Amino acid sequence: MEFGIVELSRLQFALTAMYHFLFVPLTLGLSVLIAIMETVYVMTGRPIWRQMTKFWGTLFGINFVLGVATGITMEFQFGMNWSYYSHYVGDIFGAPLAIEGLMAFFLEATFVGLWFFGWDKLSKVAHMIVGWLVAIGSNFSALWILIANGWMQNPVGAEFNPMTMRMEMTSFFEVMFNEVAQAKFVHTVSAGYVTAAIFVLGVSAWFLLKDRHMELARRSIAVASSFGLAAALSVVVLGDESGYSATHTQRMKLAAMEGMWETEPAPASFTLFGLPDQSERETHYALHVPHVMGLIATRSLTTEIPGINDLVIESEERVRSGVIAYDALMTIRDEREDTPQEVLDRFEEHGNDLGYAFLLLRYLDDPREASEEQILQAANDTVPMVWPLFWAFRIMVGLGFAFIGVMAYFFVATNFMGGRYPRWTLRAAVAIIPTPWIAAEMGWFVAEYGRQPWTVDGILPTAMSVSHLSITSVALTLAGFIIFYTILFVVEMALLLKYIRKGPEQDVEETETWMARHEHRLRTHDGKGPFASPAE
Amino acid sequence: MILHELIDFELLRVIWWLLLGVLLIGFALTDGFDLGVGTLLPFVARTDGERRVVINTVGPVWEGNQVWFILGGGAIFAAWPPLYAVSFSGFYMAMFLILAALILRPVGFKYRSKRDSFAWRNGWDWALFVGGAVPALLFGVAVGNVLLGVPFRLTDNLFSLYEGSFFQLLHPFALLAGAVSLAMLIAHGAAWLTVKADAPVVVDRARRFGVTAGLVAMGGYALAGLWLAFGIDGFALVGPIDTDGPSNPLLSEVSRGGSWLAAYSERPWIAIAPIMGFVGIGLAVRGLARGGEVSALLWSKLGITGVISSVGLTMFPFILPSSIDPRSSLTVWDASSSHLTLFVMLVSTAIFMPLIMIYTAWVYKVLWGKVGEDELSSNKNAY
Repeated sequence: MEFGIVELSRLQFALTAMYHFLFVPLTLGLSVLIAIMETVYVMTGRPIWRQMTKFWGTLFGINFVLGVATGITMEFQFGMNWSYYSHYVGDIFGAPLAIEGLMAFFLEATFVGLWFFGWDKLSKVAHMIVGWLVAIGSNFSALWILIANGWMQNPVGAEFNPMTMRMEMTSFFEVMFNEVAQAKFVHTVSAGYVTAAIFVLGVSAWFLLKDRHMELARRSIAVASSFGLAAALSVVVLGDESGYSATHTQRMKLAAMEGMWETEPAPASFTLFGLPDQSERETHYALHVPHVMGLIATRSLTTEIPGINDLVIESEERVRSGVIAYDALMTIRDEREDTPQEVLDRFEEHGNDLGYAFLLLRYLDDPREASEEQILQAANDTVPMVWPLFWAFRIMVGLGFAFIGVMAYFFVATNFMGGRYPRWTLRAAVAIIPTPWIAAEMGWFVAEYGRQPWTVDGILPTAMSVSHLSITSVALTLAGFIIFYTILFVVEMALLLKYIRKGPEQDVEETETWMARHEHRLRTHDGKGPFASPAE
Repeated sequence: MILHELIDFELLRVIWWLLLGVLLIGFALTDGFDLGVGTLLPFVARTDGERRVVINTVGPVWEGNQVWFILGGGAIFAAWPPLYAVSFSGFYMAMFLILAALILRPVGFKYRSKRDSFAWRNGWDWALFVGGAVPALLFGVAVGNVLLGVPFRLTDNLFSLYEGSFFQLLHPFALLAGAVSLAMLIAHGAAWLTVKADAPVVVDRARRFGVTAGLVAMGGYALAGLWLAFGIDGFALVGPIDTDGPSNPLLSEVSRGGSWLAAYSERPWIAIAPIMGFVGIGLAVRGLARGGEVSALLWSKLGITGVISSVGLTMFPFILPSSIDPRSSLTVWDASSSHLTLFVMLVSTAIFMPLIMIYTAWVYKVLWGKVGEDELSSNKNAY
């Protein structure tokens, strides 16, 4: 691949977005887990729950701050590196981003400071409510970002306006209730919950292995495993919803994820393993599970799923139709109000394929002069690279199912086996801490790389979306981001580890008063008082 | 949906032009003192205890304040997409520097006091200085460049070609505007410190820096006004103006020449903005010098509001003029989102902005009171 401005800008966007998403899922999930812990504290009055809230809150704070900081980069980057994109779809895409600020981010950011600084300034209940507002804020934030992203995948509620040379919104409700966006939102948020649950589980398991903070660790595992089990189940179920919506909105992405070159008779089989070969247009050594794919993707036994080759033929027709639209558009652009009705009608008929004509701009300046060969090339360009998608998708799904197993085990062990965990399971829980992040990054990779060659599916090619910048500028900022972000990552990890090792701060005084007050209830079965063995 | 036609396209555009101003002013009034405090940090506070006081005066609120900035960016994207597309890509390297500085800031606040080492803390203190001073300076430089006209042209397909470079942004007039912005926010930060910091040494130093900065801001502002009057060409729309036409800058004719300040003879009432600017900063300086606390902060707010409004009102209806191809210039009438999008955004703002105001005010009220060293040593959650 030749590294021009498009590739550099893509690389920068991919790196900064994936880096940003190292922090987001933990924020999404941990904010809710902490709010749950604080609610238990308010309801029971037991100091241990306050201690837990504060301990996980400290780790939350270290993570949250980088999520916020790297989020600003995302908002700036559309304008900085993707200026034609910003002009072309800003009328639709900007709105959910701005509403995210108004509705969610303001809430989250205003209250997060109060949560950390307000322990002594607010009543217990008020402080708990502030915690919930932070959690609600961060989750709503995800909603609006995914509405924006969902529109890039499935651009509904908008049409092209030749007078302004851009897409304009025709229905805000269609944009908001875009089925792709809604499916993505619940899937992404549940994935965040799983991430936080695995994080809390793993850190607590480490405490148990070290015989430290047993009270805190056991209770944290109890919360994390029940919350995590529900979340892990919903990630898979709701991920399936995403797949289902892709069947009719992003058929090419779906076919590429499956390495499905030819249309199969319904119901299609699911390829468990295989080595997709882009040039041969074939998936070698494929191991098929009959019927499964058809059932997941279409929820029927009779609906066909088109393969890549058939979709390329469709693309070819759309490129030809797009060229007609492009021709009409050029007339409208120059003649404006004086455009003959016949040209307007032609644009009306072919306008939906305009984006396909833009695919030709990679090969020549005027799509109207495209040769047969160039049209075929453009149609072929609508196929994303198959093998990375095929594998990233399988890794994500495999991990997703594994999380259900892990959570189910710890849920059962906690609730039905007396909370005894063999040491190897605890070691395993520590070892798998990074895996939810891998799954989440793979998921984003499938979503965004699978949308190529488009920034907005079928509307605007990636190659056309960039800014007019020099290679030097983009290379400089890319290098800047890599260095800067690496340093921040090292600092963040060092602080997280430091505060995990340090463990919770104990409110000795509060704990003792509370235990003295509840002594009669705390006697153990053998009649010993609560102070016989140390609480921790 | 025809609901959005309840409000004229023209009126919506003016409302969004005003709201853009409100957001920028909101940012300058709230996050502005955070930037000023960050800039002052290494100079008004020498010991670790003093520095923690200074940092914790903004500790609980900077995060919420910064959202004004993020929301400002979001609103430009949503309501003025061409402005967002042209300016963010044109000022590419400057934007990167602002970004880097703004990323340093949250991290600096949160991580600084998490280790005891002197080098660690001192390093982050200087990072906070950079995180405050660089954006405060560059925002002013950007405004200066907008008044000068930005070297971009739009192609027939409205693709923006920027033909300047980073160093071209450093025109003397733009640097002057940057200095005004930096000085104004330093004075604002100093006023905040006199209200919030319970450390007499720090407050004394803040007063002295604040008085100097306020005077520099006033002098620079006056100088910039003279420069605009005699040294810089303004822009004007030529011919019939279609105020509710499609958002395509190439459809209107623009001429270069005359002065920006001609606006003051056409609309004399706008003189109220620069008057507010001078009076506000002037009285803030007096308040700082004489020991008024809350009054200095309030006057400073008035002054900042005046200075920022004066830029917008002077340029109206221009929002981003082009120095190399005046026809490409973006104005209120040809660089907005569609009628529907502006309406949807207005409805969202009308619902959420009052809520934001209410809960932000509540948070400030809960956190009201001075921050001193004693309190910090007992509060484990402090920075």
